[in-house]
Amino acid sequence: MNIFRFFGKQASAPTARERLQVLLAHERVSVGHSDLLVLLRDEILAVIAKHVQIDGDKVNVKMERGAKVSTLAVDIEVPLDTTARAA
Amino acid sequence: MGKVIVVTSGKGGVGKTTSAAALGAALAQRNEKTVVVDFDVGLRNLDLVMGAERRVVYDLVNVIQGEAKLQQALIRDKRVETLYLLPASQTRDKDNLTPEGVERVIGALKKAFDWVICDSPAGIERGATLAMRHADIAIVVTNPEVSSVRDSDRIIGLLDAKTEKAERGERIEKHLLLTRYNPSRAERGDMLKVDDVLEILSIPLLGIIPESMDVLRASNIGAPVTLADSHSAPALAYFDAARRLTGEAIPVTVPGERRGLFGKIFGRRAA
Repeated sequence: MNIFRFFGKQASAPTARERLQVLLAHERVSVGHSDLLVLLRDEILAVIAKHVQIDGDKVNVKMERGAKVSTLAVDIEVPLDTTARAA
Repeated sequence: MGKVIVVTSGKGGVGKTTSAAALGAALAQRNEKTVVVDFDVGLRNLDLVMGAERRVVYDLVNVIQGEAKLQQALIRDKRVETLYLLPASQTRDKDNLTPEGVERVIGALKKAFDWVICDSPAGIERGATLAMRHADIAIVVTNPEVSSVRDSDRIIGLLDAKTEKAERGERIEKHLLLTRYNPSRAERGDMLKVDDVLEILSIPLLGIIPESMDVLRASNIGAPVTLADSHSAPALAYFDAARRLTGEAIPVTVPGERRGLFGKIFGRRAA
């Protein structure tokens, strides 16, 4: 650290270090094995596709890989079949 | 029996060929019989860095395919007589490297040399996996930069899975060689520090090569940096790394760490 740090930009190395640590924590378990998040995404979509016709453009999948917790958000528009009647 | 070293990295342009040539020349200058083998079939460059580009007659692929004898393909260095080069082919592609052929050549080189240094191509495909296949020791060349560190991590995974040693259930010896290290940028917090890279990759440190014009200058004249100017900072760092390879315990000094207050205050201007 030097005195120019007070006036200059934020150091970028700590960001690089953090990003790498999170990324590699995921890659180390996923390379060679299946990535849990990807597996969940595929299976969830497969289950839904069994029951409703999914329009590829109406599916929104977001994955966020964090250091401790990862999140998977699947947002699917399920069309309402207006022509069907109760039997 | 000689030891087989692979110089690898995953990412291209981090200094594999420079390091293979510099370490090879450093070991040979200790009077140990050393051969540097270029595995970058199709894109050979080790011959150029070592200044032997006009003396290549036969190459690794010729030897593997039985078109030339190993002795015919080996090029003896004109400056250090214990240093040899086995060039890669420029015209064929990497599919000409067969696992059996590589095993035979490495086996023969191990009998004749103290050190067999395999300069791996970039990437994680055939050329790279064959270069690491028979290694006893791996040198993972890494720049203090995110993409290089990520690729090195991947290569370390491959070393633990795809090498002969790993398949026999033994552990392959892995060392980190941090190249293009710029102390003033690290000091400023704009370059990953040595400890950051070591903590992330968690393999022992073989050496830190400072970023330097001497490396470019050496390749311009076709000499390994340890021969071009043996007193330059990168050459000294490579000599120390070579001594560590032979088992000497020499502490690693981080370039720029002994700067005083004056250097710290005005360090910014140095970069």
